Amino acid sequence: MGWWPEMRSLYRGLVASVSMLLFAISPASALTVVGDDGVALTLSKPATRVVTLLPSLAEVVCDLGACDRLVGIDRYTNWPPETANVAVVGGGLDPQLEAILRLRPDLIVMAPSARVIARLRDLGLPVLALEPKRMADLARTYRALGEALGIAEADARFTQLQSDLGVLKRSVDASWLGARVYFEVSDELYAAGPDSFVGELLTSLGFGNAISSGLGPFPKISPEWVVRANPDVLVVSEQTVGRLTQRPGWSGMPAIAEKQVCAMPQAQADALVRPGPRLVSGAQWLVRCINQLKRS
Amino acid sequence: MNARNTTSAVSVALTLLLAAGALTCLGLMVGDGTLRWPWGLTSDPITAEIIWQIRAPRSIGAWAAGALLGLAGAIAQAIFRNPLADPYLLGSSSGAALAVAIALALASWLGADVSGAAFWGGFMAFGLTGAAFTGALLAVILTVTLAGGVAQGTRLLLGGVVVGVVLGALTSFLTFIAPNVLLNMQGFMLGSTALLNWSAVGRLLVVGAICMAIAATFAKPLDALQLGERTARSLGIPLSQVNAIYILLLATVTGAAVAHTGLIAFVGLAAPHVVRAWLPCQHRALLLLSSLTGGVLLLGADALARLIFSPMELPTGLLTALLGGGYLLWRMGKVGRLS
Repeated sequence: MGWWPEMRSLYRGLVASVSMLLFAISPASALTVVGDDGVALTLSKPATRVVTLLPSLAEVVCDLGACDRLVGIDRYTNWPPETANVAVVGGGLDPQLEAILRLRPDLIVMAPSARVIARLRDLGLPVLALEPKRMADLARTYRALGEALGIAEADARFTQLQSDLGVLKRSVDASWLGARVYFEVSDELYAAGPDSFVGELLTSLGFGNAISSGLGPFPKISPEWVVRANPDVLVVSEQTVGRLTQRPGWSGMPAIAEKQVCAMPQAQADALVRPGPRLVSGAQWLVRCINQLKRS
Repeated sequence: MNARNTTSAVSVALTLLLAAGALTCLGLMVGDGTLRWPWGLTSDPITAEIIWQIRAPRSIGAWAAGALLGLAGAIAQAIFRNPLADPYLLGSSSGAALAVAIALALASWLGADVSGAAFWGGFMAFGLTGAAFTGALLAVILTVTLAGGVAQGTRLLLGGVVVGVVLGALTSFLTFIAPNVLLNMQGFMLGSTALLNWSAVGRLLVVGAICMAIAATFAKPLDALQLGERTARSLGIPLSQVNAIYILLLATVTGAAVAHTGLIAFVGLAAPHVVRAWLPCQHRALLLLSSLTGGVLLLGADALARLIFSPMELPTGLLTALLGGGYLLWRMGKVGRLS
């Protein structure tokens, strides 16, 4: 029966081809994806001309290997380098409607909070509202974009990111596990609380947070409160680090006196603050920086 | 108004309508970095959609919103007998801004889970315009209540200032505790005509036509009011009723404009001054001409906002503040004082 395996393989190939053809031409092949605003978007086929209006969304699309399907991005998207030649269609809140329409996108992904979303839908454009703010949102964003782009491995990709974080946690110096980190997202003293994406990242790496929970994701903190909280490590931007001692009462803060400070370059700040695939590289930088500090 | 002034008013009105027509054509030509006559380009379905679904409604909508602001400015300056009065004097802008901030903050907080997001997503699609309009009306009602009614202009002015400051502070507090709404709020505070669609145009035109008709019908007492409240009363003008009608109109037209375009500065303040600089006229003509002038000003600003840094677009309110403020400064320098 030497011919049977070939016949079986041919039969399977034929069935697969016919199934794919039927799947492609039947109405049942339409994809329905539900956005963060609860609005369902139905696509006749996986999207091939995508406009993203948030940097993190463009990053997820590229992380799923679909960077070549991006035809438009918002002006703040600066990663990965493949997006450098993609048309910029304004900002997430003030996109250029005409430019978007001219690109003939079959998928626009943007934050649900932007007022312009209603106008884009009013123009008959296929809009999917997604806004990753927390880790759970990012999981949902991967899943939804995977469905809209027809990429089955999207869930697995997110699981991989989480697994990479788990591996990274094991590389944290034991003396720093549980250290209370003050992570400043703006030198106006907005800090990342435990209820933010950065806060969740700190927790998953085994660090504590100098900010109490319940204050919101990025509360504006009084400088006096930070002195009283006495964090073990400060993570601030490169631009801010030289000015820390000028803040009233901060020069005597043990973390500053003992130089337990990580000065964050802009690229790492983007990676850590924008919930997206760069969370692992951002976390790697953070762990490396904190591991280099000497705990007294 | 004598026959000569009537003729002048008609010719100014026709000139303003012609200017609006020309600027609408300009509005149809700009938007993508080029300046092209739209006719003949419409064979391309995308270009046709851009012209008829984006440029046309935003141009006509800008004209309608500007006309509402021009009318509101003329009403405010007439009832307060103050050339510095603008449509937002009774707190409507602060009320609209606070309502939008509340809506955005609630959407942000309740949107943290998907079921909440679904509800607020639906709200966001239709509710911000309504929230802004409601906020503007409620702020005016609060001002009138604080002023103890509509009879005294000075008390109303004072009430409007207080309400504006308090509601502004509440908006700042809200953006302070929910900083993620700041960016969305900035879009509202700077004012924009970019999101106007045909249904918005319909609403603005209907509100404008009804309010213009009512304002023109009851315009006669406004002329007497310019002689002072006491004189107006002695002439038998029912001041409370007149004030009530015009404050209701002021709240409605300002609320409608703010709800659709955000805070557009200086159009309402400048439009009546432009008209007075052209010709002396009574209030029936002043209201109509201010409205037409406001329409032309915002329509021109909308086209310029798209043209100056094309294909980038400036917020229209930013441009009207710069141009309107510049014009008023020039007028102040020229005549030594505001007329």
